[in-house]
Amino acid sequence: MKPFDEMLVTDEVVRDPYGRFHEWYKDQDPTLLGEKAGEAEAFFRRTGITFNVYGQHEAAERLIPFDLVPRIMARAEWDNLAEGIEQRVTALNAFLDDLYHDQEIIKAGKVPERLIAGNEAFLDVMRGFRPPGGVYTHIIGTDIVRCGENEFYVLEDNARTPSGVSYMIENRETMMQMFPELFAQNRVRPVETYPHHLRRSLAAVAPPACEGTPTIAVLTPGIYNSAFFEHAFLADQMGVELVEGSDVAEIDGRIQMRTTEGYKPIDVLYRRVDDAFLDPNVFNPSSMLGIPGIMDVYKNGGITIANAPGTGIADDKAIYSYMPEIVEFYTGRPAKLQNVPTWRCADDDSLKYVLDHLEELVVKEVHGSGGYGMLVGPTSSRDERELFAEKLKKKPSNYIAQPTLALSTVPILVDGGLAPRHVDLRPFVLVSDKVRIIPGGLTRVALKEGSLVVNSSQGGGTKDTWVLRD
Amino acid sequence: MALLGRTANGLFWMFRYIERAENTARLLDAGQRISLTNLSSEPDEWQPVLVSAGVEAAYNAKYQDYDAETVIDFMLCDRDNPSSVRSSLETARTNGRMVRTALTRELWEAVNESWLVIQRRLSAPVSTRELPAVIDLVKRQGALIRGAFQTTMLRNEIFDFCNLGAFIERADNTARILDVKYWLLLPEHSQVGSALDNFQWRSILRSVSAHRAYAWEYDGEYQAVNIIDFLMLNRRMPRSLAHCYHLIAESLGYLDRNYEVHHPCHNTAMAIRERLAGASVRQIIDGGLHEFLEGFIRDNNRLAQEIGQSYRFYPGS
Repeated sequence: MKPFDEMLVTDEVVRDPYGRFHEWYKDQDPTLLGEKAGEAEAFFRRTGITFNVYGQHEAAERLIPFDLVPRIMARAEWDNLAEGIEQRVTALNAFLDDLYHDQEIIKAGKVPERLIAGNEAFLDVMRGFRPPGGVYTHIIGTDIVRCGENEFYVLEDNARTPSGVSYMIENRETMMQMFPELFAQNRVRPVETYPHHLRRSLAAVAPPACEGTPTIAVLTPGIYNSAFFEHAFLADQMGVELVEGSDVAEIDGRIQMRTTEGYKPIDVLYRRVDDAFLDPNVFNPSSMLGIPGIMDVYKNGGITIANAPGTGIADDKAIYSYMPEIVEFYTGRPAKLQNVPTWRCADDDSLKYVLDHLEELVVKEVHGSGGYGMLVGPTSSRDERELFAEKLKKKPSNYIAQPTLALSTVPILVDGGLAPRHVDLRPFVLVSDKVRIIPGGLTRVALKEGSLVVNSSQGGGTKDTWVLRD
Repeated sequence: MALLGRTANGLFWMFRYIERAENTARLLDAGQRISLTNLSSEPDEWQPVLVSAGVEAAYNAKYQDYDAETVIDFMLCDRDNPSSVRSSLETARTNGRMVRTALTRELWEAVNESWLVIQRRLSAPVSTRELPAVIDLVKRQGALIRGAFQTTMLRNEIFDFCNLGAFIERADNTARILDVKYWLLLPEHSQVGSALDNFQWRSILRSVSAHRAYAWEYDGEYQAVNIIDFLMLNRRMPRSLAHCYHLIAESLGYLDRNYEVHHPCHNTAMAIRERLAGASVRQIIDGGLHEFLEGFIRDNNRLAQEIGQSYRFYPGS
């Protein structure tokens, strides 16, 4: 069956949100558009909008390919989606608070205890501690896929340190520079306000020790991290310091940064360093990226860490399959956004089903990310499947499986004109004194014909994502 | 807004390496001009270029002979040479990337683009025929960076740390060029006042874009006293030690006022500036030009370290 195309119902019939864009497109000279694509690439290269590829020594900085055709959503489509997202992130925070306190949801028998107790992502050190404002996951990038007109699924919650928001903003900037007329014809809701919202959102959860206006900083592992550009970009756009572990130290019960004028306390730390590396005193002792003593300062009210340590338990792929129950448990209403049906390979029956249907399923590691370590059944070879089945049998609890979804397509620009490619969507959500959702997000697109893997590390690209005002 | 010590350090070294890249290119320019005249009968005419750049030991660890192609490649492209044009720009750009939040978009793009363009140009060996074009490219990109710096950066402490790096590096470079050539200036101990019919000096002045300026300032012949005055004591000459120290002291003064703290490094800089202002060429020659320059290079390095301590460039400070 042909997947749902978000622009074209048939070759002649264009879906509403794309109407004005399509009119515009028909008047464009294809050669000129090709040149514009080259211009966009040169622009990204010059401004250094690159990501680092692990394990490649030379030329380690790559560009994420950018496609000129925007992904467009109507106001009503977006509003529905946003409501579902707000419900879900509210539930995620309530879930985390519960897990680290009374664990009512386990007592109620909705989530099995074994998934929590033995899980590396669950941090004992967080038990009984409530972060400032009661917020655990402040910045979330919910991965959503679409399979039909009204059929959306959440693929992943990304409640730890989601990345990609800088591309959302730079993609818009690039489009506005290249095709200003499109923004005159279409009323597109802005995304460039994100850093402003992020700053406000972080400032609203200052710790008890904060006096006056909160001092915010972004913690980066450093320039060799794959997302360093984004860390620098966000610090820059918010007008806050970008610090590395070596710039800060615990002094007098506060985390302070070494400035040219001496040490200055940080109130809110937006950390882009994983839990394991955050505090060598508590977690991985060999970490050079973290800040010794930060967990003590945190628990004594000296600093806010965003996202809180231990949020990974909420976006764990083994927990994922329980999300519909979790949402309903905390919000008292059925989940507005659907989960993808998921087989937990830890269950014997599910494992048997998965092994028998590898050809149709996508099998993922519970803790994997970035599209690594997964099997896409329909495009795999017999050898790959056999190899994967061995791994699966060795440690079934390490895997979940999902049906291969017919992801929606949006056209990209190719030599011969437009051609459909599969996409997903990562809206960015800020949780603090209130929930702030930036209209749009990052659309990732599989550039290879027929491919369902949209990850940039696997050759995916991105698109500007428009939410229309009317 | 507070400025991180590491950021100040990154700005300082970014500009040292931007300056160094250009200086290395200028040294090659002088070397090329001298070798083209065939006036020199010495087989090792490229050696002083390596000594001036302070990379002779690194070169000798890798090569035995001083042939033009090898020296040029070592100075332009070699990653084992931290002062090669390629390494310098790479270091400058890495520092720039690290401190990106402190830079205007224009300045960052100028640095990033220079690195992209020059790296691409240096990915294949450069023949002596192509050398002038490559040197021009390096100088032009340097001008682009400085233009973006001067016209877009706020005059705050970020600006001051960049300037400190640039002028400490430039003072070091000028002192080294002079030190390598001091024996040319004073071939016989006594002939200080006599005219030098010296193509090498014209080439060196030319390589620092100053042969015409020299003519304007001194009206004529190449005399040792005038060349020493020009490159060391003349504050109007933008590459002279005195000019560099005028700006270094000024930048440190701005930092003092900005932070309302007077650091000892400022005293060190003032003392060096006063020594240059109070010196006469005759005194320098009588006391030994080489000794003076050696002392200057040492003091200049010490000042760089003191600045790093005062403004907490490194962890633990």
